[in-house]
Amino acid sequence: MTVTPLGIPRRLLEFAIDGQQARVPEGSTILDACRAAGKDVPTLCEGDTLRPKNACRVCVVEVEGSRTLVPACSRKAEPGMVVRTGGERVRHSRKIVLELLASSVDLSTTPRAAEWIKEYEAKPDRFGPGAARVNEEPRIDNELYARDYGKCILCYKCVDACGDQWQNTFAISVAGRGFDARIAVEHDAPLTDSACVYCGNCVEVCPTGALSFKSEFDMRAAGTWDESRQSETTTVCAYCGVGCSLTLHVQDNEIVKVTSPHDSPVTHGNLCIKGRFGYQHVQNRG
Amino acid sequence: MDLHFGDSKPTDDERAAVDALLGPPESSWEGADRTDADLRWARGGRAARDRRDLLLPGLHAINDRIGWISEGALGYLCRRLTVPPAEAYGVATFYAMFSVRPRPATVLRVCTDLACAAAGASALCAGVEAGLGPGAHVERSPCLGLCERAPAALAVRAGDPVRTAVAAPATVAAAVLAATAPDSAPEEPPAALAVPQAGQEGLTLLRRVGVVDPSSLDDYRAHGGYTALRHAFALGPAGVIREVTDSGLVGRGGAAFPTGRKWQATASQPGRPHYLVCNADESEPGTFKDRVIMEGDPYALVEAMTIAAYAIGAHRGFVYLRGEYPRATRRLRHALGQARARGLLGDDILGQGFSFDIEIRRGAGAYICGEETALFNSIEGYRGEPRSKPPFPVEQGLFGRPTAENNVETLVNVLPILTMGAPAYAATGTAKSTGPKLFCVSGSVARPGVYELPFGATLGELLRLAGVRENLRAVLLGGAAGGFVRPDELGIPLTFEGTRQAGTTLGSGVVMAFDDSVPLPRLLLRIAQFFRDESCGQCVPCRVGTVRQEEALQRIVARGGPEAAGDIALLREVGRAMRDASICGLGQTAWNAVESAIDRLGAYE
Repeated sequence: MTVTPLGIPRRLLEFAIDGQQARVPEGSTILDACRAAGKDVPTLCEGDTLRPKNACRVCVVEVEGSRTLVPACSRKAEPGMVVRTGGERVRHSRKIVLELLASSVDLSTTPRAAEWIKEYEAKPDRFGPGAARVNEEPRIDNELYARDYGKCILCYKCVDACGDQWQNTFAISVAGRGFDARIAVEHDAPLTDSACVYCGNCVEVCPTGALSFKSEFDMRAAGTWDESRQSETTTVCAYCGVGCSLTLHVQDNEIVKVTSPHDSPVTHGNLCIKGRFGYQHVQNRG
Repeated sequence: MDLHFGDSKPTDDERAAVDALLGPPESSWEGADRTDADLRWARGGRAARDRRDLLLPGLHAINDRIGWISEGALGYLCRRLTVPPAEAYGVATFYAMFSVRPRPATVLRVCTDLACAAAGASALCAGVEAGLGPGAHVERSPCLGLCERAPAALAVRAGDPVRTAVAAPATVAAAVLAATAPDSAPEEPPAALAVPQAGQEGLTLLRRVGVVDPSSLDDYRAHGGYTALRHAFALGPAGVIREVTDSGLVGRGGAAFPTGRKWQATASQPGRPHYLVCNADESEPGTFKDRVIMEGDPYALVEAMTIAAYAIGAHRGFVYLRGEYPRATRRLRHALGQARARGLLGDDILGQGFSFDIEIRRGAGAYICGEETALFNSIEGYRGEPRSKPPFPVEQGLFGRPTAENNVETLVNVLPILTMGAPAYAATGTAKSTGPKLFCVSGSVARPGVYELPFGATLGELLRLAGVRENLRAVLLGGAAGGFVRPDELGIPLTFEGTRQAGTTLGSGVVMAFDDSVPLPRLLLRIAQFFRDESCGQCVPCRVGTVRQEEALQRIVARGGPEAAGDIALLREVGRAMRDASICGLGQTAWNAVESAIDRLGAYE
């Protein structure tokens, strides 16, 4: 049996969200409280297994007394705080952020992006046909995963997962500045010349599909990727004794992708190259 | 950390440049040739990673010697400092002064920012590009902080040692000479030339500029230097903070935060060590006051920093100095050496048992590093991206420790506060903005330069002092992050509260006058380009918003007239989101100047 440490009891603190009292344990973020209250706050760069980076700014909320809007994902709740999540000011910033993103990168594989664009009445086309885009060709330099930076919103999640928050490989970083900033390995070399160990933990956290399994990338290109025909089976990795949880995504009786449950106390969503990509032997039917 | 280094080897020159900074490597773990002895031990862990803050100086060392940063050089530096090459590459590509692609050893930076553009920078650029062969690389630069001598150009020739030359006001011939023969280019005029009031009675902050020899500690002491520090030691740290609080001094970098409160908050933090950081990354277009102080009266900054460190209980201080200020760096470095040699820095200063020393860290061309938390990241060897606040620097600043960060001008104000006493200091200026203030006046004036006036003088008084020319069209207050005012608004009192009341900002004290010969839409486009180039790229509103802002202004310039209305509406919407949702002040203010030009000046009517 896995024993989950409960930690020391935390005090509850009270504050107001949209006029309603919210009680959350000390140390919770505004986002935690919003979710507990059943409010849908859009998020992109926030990751359940990562420290908040608050780079995308789509989760901003209004806090009374604050000159600017604050990111719900990282701002800790304080007693007596008065938070508004749905006012015109909040909706305006979220709308613009969605417009800026959708007009500069391809959000077609970003879950919920289309829904939010509709909900906030964002019109990405209004910047005109000349609006600068992150025009990057997909990079396929290895057999395991593809990098399509034309879909990258620069959320830093892959960098954090590769770095000191999980993998400690430090193979990637943000290079360049401003609109020209890109995720890159040193000297923008192919992955095969880099420190990458192909654990795929960056793929696991990518919120836009900019990073994807080669199998998924190829199927999408061929038009055969169909999540409605996929089943998910969570099992245990057969390679070593650590016992990582794997979720196999199966379409047409073929494994097409492997993830790991983020709430698994063993993996927290992380795997190594074997668990992530070494599933071909399962499919040897000869 | 299991780091992966490529196979590229550094050249002898690159290796020597890094070793000159870090000393020779001790083992193969740090990049020396492998010996048998190395097989019996390993080096790693915290001790090996603790020197990450030397990454930026290391990149400078390579860039200064070679002119660009090759794969081999970066790899060697990473080995020496146990830094992942991908991260170091991310840092190297963040700064405008570094290049990871080969380029000529000589780089000529021609300022194309507001004051210089109005003084003919584009013709200068075209001229030098035609006049210079392939041996030098011409770059269009944001403000070089030489606005009183616009147009300006800065030549840097890599080598051992690196050579620099400034041509300002630059003719094509002077800029070409600076780039082709930096050693024989004429010496820059003294700093006092940037202070039209130099030598006048009644100056407080500028009284020594042009009067003392900036290289002589004795001369500084003969003109009242180090009396403030003696007062400070007599008062004790709490007494110093009380005086500074009572004086009403607020930060001069633009945010106007009460200095006494910042010091008190830092001093009272239980975490140790405390750090003092002087923000000398003066990059706001049109600002050059800190440069003039560091070039003309460097010991004042050294003394003021010593007092600040004493007050907050810091034993180590950093000056983060703009990379584009070679002379200020030289002068300040010399002053630090002199002060150290005379026991005014180091252990047991003035026999008071207080130890303190100052290190200079050079910026490398990034406006964003003037933001206080981005500056910490830059010193620590990371990309100069702002951190989210809270936590505030007084709690978790440099290296995660309590840190007081002050602008150069703020710090030198501490000297008169201690020598005059808080009440006398607070009697200058207005009730809410006390003391003297430095203003950087440039553009369409007869005598551009740094002016010292007590808070409360009006914009008109300042401009008259500087000899404003006829046909004034607009005045930009506070630089690119500030706002425009009309020629009929010269009665605005130059105080924090006065400018706020008038719906504009004092910012860092920039006052740039434009006559009607300068096309306003071009000016706005240049400001928008500045923000687009200088956005760090971390948050979406600023990274993409500054691009959309520039595109809209481009369209307006191209089409003009009645079709602008749609784009102005778009600008307003994007601007509002940038102001509301950006992480730091850069994005939050990126739309200020454009908005004020539309609303106050009717720029597109």
